[in-house]
Amino acid sequence: MSIGIVQFGGSNCDLDVLHVLKDVIGVDAELVWYKEEDLSRFDGIVVPGGFSYGDYLRAGAIAARTPVMASIKALAEAGKPVIGICNGFQILTESGLLDGALTTNNYPKFKCESTLLRVETTDTPFTSKFKKGEVVSIPIAHMEGNFYADEATLSKFEDNGQVAFRYVDREGKVTDEANPNGSQENIAGIVSTKKNVLGMMPHPERASEEILGSKDGIRIFESMVEFISKN
Amino acid sequence: MLPEDDLKIITEKMGREPNLVEQGCFLNLWSEHCSYRSSAPLLKTFTTTGDKVIIGPGDDAAIISFGNGWVLAIGMESHNHPSYVDPYNGAATGVGGIVRDIISMGARPIALMDPLYFGPLNNPKNLYLFEHIIEGIAGYGNCIGVPVVRGEAFFDESYSGNPLVNVVAVGLAREKDVVTACSQKAGNKLVLMGSTTGRDGLGGASFASRDLSEDSEAEDRPSIQIGDPFTEKLVIEATLEAIGKGYVKSCRDLGAAGLAGASSEMAAKGNLGMKIIADNVILRETGMTPYEILIAESQERMLLEVEPENVDAVLEIAKKYDLNGSMIGELTEELNYTVQFQGEIAADIPVKLLTEGAPTFERPSTAPQERDIGEKPELPADIKQAILDVLSSHNVASKRWIYRQYDHEVQVRTVTKPGDDAGILRIDGNEGIALSCGCNPRHTLLDPYSGGKGTVVENAMNLAVKGARGIAIVDCLNFGNPERPDIYWQFKHAILGLGDAARDLAIPVVGGNVSLYNESGEFKTAIVPTPSIGLAGYIKDVTMAPAGVFSNEGDTIILVGSTSDELGGSEYYNIIGKEKDGKAPKVPENVTATIDALITLAESGKITASHDVSLGGIAVALAEMCEKTGAKVDLSNVAEGLRADDILFSESYARALITTSEPDAVKEMLGEVPCTVVGTVGGNSLSIQIGDSKTELTLDEIKEARESLMNLMME
Repeated sequence: MSIGIVQFGGSNCDLDVLHVLKDVIGVDAELVWYKEEDLSRFDGIVVPGGFSYGDYLRAGAIAARTPVMASIKALAEAGKPVIGICNGFQILTESGLLDGALTTNNYPKFKCESTLLRVETTDTPFTSKFKKGEVVSIPIAHMEGNFYADEATLSKFEDNGQVAFRYVDREGKVTDEANPNGSQENIAGIVSTKKNVLGMMPHPERASEEILGSKDGIRIFESMVEFISKN
Repeated sequence: MLPEDDLKIITEKMGREPNLVEQGCFLNLWSEHCSYRSSAPLLKTFTTTGDKVIIGPGDDAAIISFGNGWVLAIGMESHNHPSYVDPYNGAATGVGGIVRDIISMGARPIALMDPLYFGPLNNPKNLYLFEHIIEGIAGYGNCIGVPVVRGEAFFDESYSGNPLVNVVAVGLAREKDVVTACSQKAGNKLVLMGSTTGRDGLGGASFASRDLSEDSEAEDRPSIQIGDPFTEKLVIEATLEAIGKGYVKSCRDLGAAGLAGASSEMAAKGNLGMKIIADNVILRETGMTPYEILIAESQERMLLEVEPENVDAVLEIAKKYDLNGSMIGELTEELNYTVQFQGEIAADIPVKLLTEGAPTFERPSTAPQERDIGEKPELPADIKQAILDVLSSHNVASKRWIYRQYDHEVQVRTVTKPGDDAGILRIDGNEGIALSCGCNPRHTLLDPYSGGKGTVVENAMNLAVKGARGIAIVDCLNFGNPERPDIYWQFKHAILGLGDAARDLAIPVVGGNVSLYNESGEFKTAIVPTPSIGLAGYIKDVTMAPAGVFSNEGDTIILVGSTSDELGGSEYYNIIGKEKDGKAPKVPENVTATIDALITLAESGKITASHDVSLGGIAVALAEMCEKTGAKVDLSNVAEGLRADDILFSESYARALITTSEPDAVKEMLGEVPCTVVGTVGGNSLSIQIGDSKTELTLDEIKEARESLMNLMME
């Protein structure tokens, strides 16, 4: 098994994801510079966070138009798991792999803090190691994390179980206070129709070791690894 | 224009009058900013060596041994003047500059700290500078993926129109990968990599060495560099890749005085000369003169010394990262700095004259008249209100509005988050570093020597409460116009105090920066002396660091250290309009014993929480610890003969509050170090008894007061 971590110019969570996959979980993972256009050798892909192309133009917009995206799309179509974290999520919505868009936070500044998420579905390759409705702690760090989708898309998400995580309070309730950026319906992460592509604003790699205060995030990677080894 | 005295010296040494390009090089390289002309003799008094110091002051950054083959790179820089003229870009490029200093040593930048000083926020201009400076630091630091893990924000009228933006950067490298700015061999080629060179930041170094006039904003904009953090991130990766492959023999970032500064200093350090072909520099604009090419402070550029056979490989790396790169010259045996442009010699200067020839001197200094410490103020009628006033002062209040804009967790090393006494990062297993920064400008104004000393002790205490021991200091000495004898006196005595305390604690001063002429014509202000430092320490086991807030109900609270009548320069006196009154704190004799004991206690696991007592005194330290749970304390026995307000708000140095379930064992471990049992953790309020006076603050009241800065900004 090998997981590819795609590096664009300006990606900056690439080494963090590599550390969690290789050193903490112990699976084979590899950094791939975006100019390498063939990713077919990988069993799964992580598009890490950062500021690809400096967020110039629009967060994720330029990376979404690089040739390597065709290879990521092909893997996704073949059913391989793909995760986009933070800027990676923005790239996946910009490239059409996921629905919706990430707009500027309702308080229009960068925000780095811990958030609580409710696991909305365990029926995805990324959430099988959680309990449905479980409240987990995974931090955010972004300026454009305000999730937007039109009504039709939101109800499609509802029907298909495509919302993976929502921002909630300690009791697991969806409240305005618990919403850090103004996202519609407190959405923190979604999956594709076929559920093998996950985009999320919170950073699971930052919540993957006890020493950093939370191990909740590692279960997302562990679920993905389990999915790959079973398929 | 080059001062007449300088021109005379240069003409004499060169045997001819320098041409205009050469004069431009001297103007910038001989500036106060680059040459430390009026500070060098004082800076020589610092102890800069020690067991762990591999490279001390003088290179782009210092290199300190961490252990297990790891080394830390550390540097500190100011970007004060540019941040006044263009707060976003001024602050952003301040981050960029110091980060490149770390990269050019072969280290990956892993942490930033930003001590910042502003005028009060009730003035719209100050508010504007505050908001955009923070945004500039966030915009740049977040984008390049280097966490800001600690900072300081201090507000005082004297910073109106002259905010201070200081930045500390820390990097990590394997010892074998370290490169320096010392050129290695004649015949080796020079590769300039990164951004293109444009007319931005022309003459920044000489601009940084003078007062800001009211018109600065309009006049000086061309002196401001524009930051491009995306390119910086590529420069980080490309430089570290080239260094990792062994292609780089020496390396220097382009900062103050641009290409002329970086290249001539690189040559001089290796006792070599240099020939620059200015035509090969990749330009952003047409029609640039050799003077502009040499002096422009365009950002995100790096100069590498490369053996001729590896030039192509390095240019290939630049290409991989979509960066510009070109071979722009070579090192020579002949000790001249020669610049060729369009087939002509544009400059030909003896290299050491340019880099080391500026005469340095001590300026005249005059001690101020003995200060009248004034009469004691009345005891406040409402102690509770006095505490809330101090807690909600922006100097004391929570800085969450600032630090949540910084990505403080990227690189997955941050164990202790901003808002705590020290930022803690894991480095290797459970071994880590602890970082603290800042100073107390008002203490320093009243007593520069003690203020300088206190700055070191205060930062060392921030580390000690977490179980960390200081291993290296970097400084950023921000003062007013050194030509004024009273200011030079402050400058000199603060330096002497810093140096003495650092020696007492056996922490070497390994690098830093001097920023003078911090005065504002617009507000008619000169800053209070601000000898800010960054302190890096070693912590054996990051998981053992005690919490900064009360955590264990029923634990005993112990005050470590002695409290004296030292309210001069305190936050409380400032709030009640007594800023010139009272005795300024002096560093006690037994400070090393206190620090050692706190470290031992933290390592022993016998304390459940610990917090340094500083700005705002015991009242503030207690309130800050009441985040999750309250406490009941009786401070009657803390000090003899002191009034309630003195006990609550005195800012005596070297004190901490610790909590434990084993008070007897802890007292025994403290030995001779003064300590007083003051109360118990628990409850939903902070209850403080002093003699007959009793005060109670609920956790919500404390929280509301501490959120004053957040509330102001979210209005």
